[in-house]
Amino acid sequence: MLAEYGYVLMFLAIGCVFTAVTLLVAGLLRPNRPSPEKLMTYECGEEPVGSAWIQYNHRFYVIALMFLVFEVEVVLLFPWATVFQDMGWYAFWAMIVFVSLIFIGFLYELGKGALQWDKPQPQIPRYVEGVGVVPHHWKPESEVADVVGQPAANVSGSTQDTATE
Amino acid sequence: MELSAFLFYFFALLIIGSAAIMVFSKNIVHSAFALMFTLAGLAAFYALLYAGFVAVTQLLVYVGGILVIVLFGVMLTTRGYFEKIKTRTVHLLPAALFSMAIAIILITVFLSTEWILAPLEEEVFTVQGIGELLMTDYMLPFQVVGVLLLLAIIGAVLMATRVAGEEEPPSASG
Repeated sequence: MLAEYGYVLMFLAIGCVFTAVTLLVAGLLRPNRPSPEKLMTYECGEEPVGSAWIQYNHRFYVIALMFLVFEVEVVLLFPWATVFQDMGWYAFWAMIVFVSLIFIGFLYELGKGALQWDKPQPQIPRYVEGVGVVPHHWKPESEVADVVGQPAANVSGSTQDTATE
Repeated sequence: MELSAFLFYFFALLIIGSAAIMVFSKNIVHSAFALMFTLAGLAAFYALLYAGFVAVTQLLVYVGGILVIVLFGVMLTTRGYFEKIKTRTVHLLPAALFSMAIAIILITVFLSTEWILAPLEEEVFTVQGIGELLMTDYMLPFQVVGVLLLLAIIGAVLMATRVAGEEEPPSASG
């Protein structure tokens, strides 16, 4: 009937049943005396602050996209690998062409620096003659006063973005 | 009931149930995880049809890859992740009419088609056949897939570098 997939199915079923039974038996046997310390994420060590559901860094997204591309490549390598020995050099060079296409993309990516984890520049306060120590985005009043119609959005706005990194 | 029929209905129930949770859940992360069960159930369907390679591809690419992308997309959006999304009904009448039309078309097609019920050939290892076909008849589509993946990489890189360009802090040296 389902022949080979039977093993996969059995594995799946045993995994589910084993987990469920273990949790159920443990739930029946253990004493239930919760305390705030026990209910914490880490019972000893670091105290968690805030929610674990935070906004992730967008740089992970690019890596996830790359992962997907190379995963599709690997999936296509599997059927090739089963017939590679019978077909000889023809299959070998065909796969070389295929892999090198993606390798060109990989080189392009490395060249563009898309995988580099560019850190935001440190924003160091500086010293201005006659004023004192000021934040890095500080500007003399004469410059700020020049642009009355256009508020200094590109200065303060973008620096706030980088400051929250 | 035969085991394969039982499995079919079990996974069908799993797919429909998780798809309903995905649509109706107010928490977008719960929706994403319900989608995982829908996609995995679909992989089980492929396995029931003895399409082993498609089943594995479904698991690897959709459950392992696309779902991660979806979750990242959810986690990267500033709003909508922290707030509960509103699942409310808008445009009730047009939506109902449209769904009814699609349902009628689908049911008519289902009833009017003469389904060919051939016994399933129990060929477990389809991967080898796929490999032979990829290396002979479907060589050109295979290489076109390579070009497509290359384009995907370039697109992702262009997106990434634009995001990085926006981030450059204004000249801090002064």
